[in-house]
Amino acid sequence: MKSLAYIIIGTFLGVVLYKSEAASWFRIYEMFQFDSFHMYGIIGSALAVGVVLVQWIKKSKVKSFSGETITILDKEKSIARYILGGTLFGLGWALAGACPGPIYILVGAGYWPIVIVLVGALMGAFAYGVLRSKLPH
Amino acid sequence: MLYQPWPWYVSGPLIALIMALLILMGKRFGMSSNLETFCSIGGAGKFSDYFKIDVKSNRWNLLVVLGAVLGGFLGAHWLSPNPAVNISDKTVSKLQELGFDSAGTAYLPTELFSMESLADPKVWIILLVAGFLVGFGTRYAGGCTSGHAISGLSNLQRPSLIAVIGFFIGGLIMVHLLFPLIFAS
Repeated sequence: MKSLAYIIIGTFLGVVLYKSEAASWFRIYEMFQFDSFHMYGIIGSALAVGVVLVQWIKKSKVKSFSGETITILDKEKSIARYILGGTLFGLGWALAGACPGPIYILVGAGYWPIVIVLVGALMGAFAYGVLRSKLPH
Repeated sequence: MLYQPWPWYVSGPLIALIMALLILMGKRFGMSSNLETFCSIGGAGKFSDYFKIDVKSNRWNLLVVLGAVLGGFLGAHWLSPNPAVNISDKTVSKLQELGFDSAGTAYLPTELFSMESLADPKVWIILLVAGFLVGFGTRYAGGCTSGHAISGLSNLQRPSLIAVIGFFIGGLIMVHLLFPLIFAS
C-alpha cells in the first residue's frame, strides 16, 4: 500500500516536471540566459509554498501519516563541498539540460540518448564515492 | 488546459506539495541520492565504504524514481500533443547561432537527443561528460535541485543556499563561456 503511494507520488512528480517544461533542456538554457521568468517562477513559487509548509510541519510538530515524529535534518555545515560540488553540478545541469529527477523522467518520455547522461551520472556518483576522502569538504 | 504546458504558478506549488507529502510520510524530497543507491546495488561497496548503505532503507526512493519514469511517459505520450517548448525569441536566436535549429520546435534539442544525433561521437562525449558532472557534483554537494534548491532552501538551510549559488556559477560558466567553445561550428 505504502509502496503504491511512493509510485503515485513519483508519477505525479514526473508529470508535473514534464508538463511544467522544467525537464526541457531548452528551459534550462533559457534560465541561465535570464531570457524568461518561467524557471524562476517555478522554483520561486515552489519555495514560497515550501517555506510555509516546512515551517508549519516543524512548528506544529505534526506527526507523520504513520504516527512517527518528523525530523528534518539540518544540512552539514561546510562551504567547500557546497560551492565546489555545486559548481560542478551546475556545469553538468546546464550541459545535460537536466538534473537527476528530469533524467529519469526523460527516460520514461522515451528520449533514449538521456540514458547516456544517466550512465555518466552513475559513473560520476561512483567516482565521488571513491575519491571522497581526497576531496576538500 | 491539461494538455497545454502547465504555467509556473501551478507547477511550483505542486512541487512544494510533493515535498510536503514526502516529509509527512517520514521521508524527504531528494532525487540524486538514488544515484548512490544504484551504485550500491551494482556492488560499489567493494570499492568504497561510501556505498555500504542499507539499500532496503532507500527502497521508497527507488519507487519514487519508478513513478517518475511512468510520469515522464504519461506526460510525453498522453498529455502533450505538441512537444514544442515555447522559449523566448531571444533564446531561440541565441541557440540558432550555436547550431541548434530545433530551438522552439521540440522538447529537447534533436541535435543532442535524437537517435540520429548519436551518429556523431562528439554527442556521446558531451552527454557522458554532462552526466558525469551531474552525478559527481550532486554527490559532492550532497544534493541537487530537489534536495538543495527546493527542500534545503524551504528549510532555510545556509548550506543549500551556498550549493544553489554554486549551481548558478557552474550553469552560467557553461552556458556563457563554454557553450560557444563546445557548439560553435
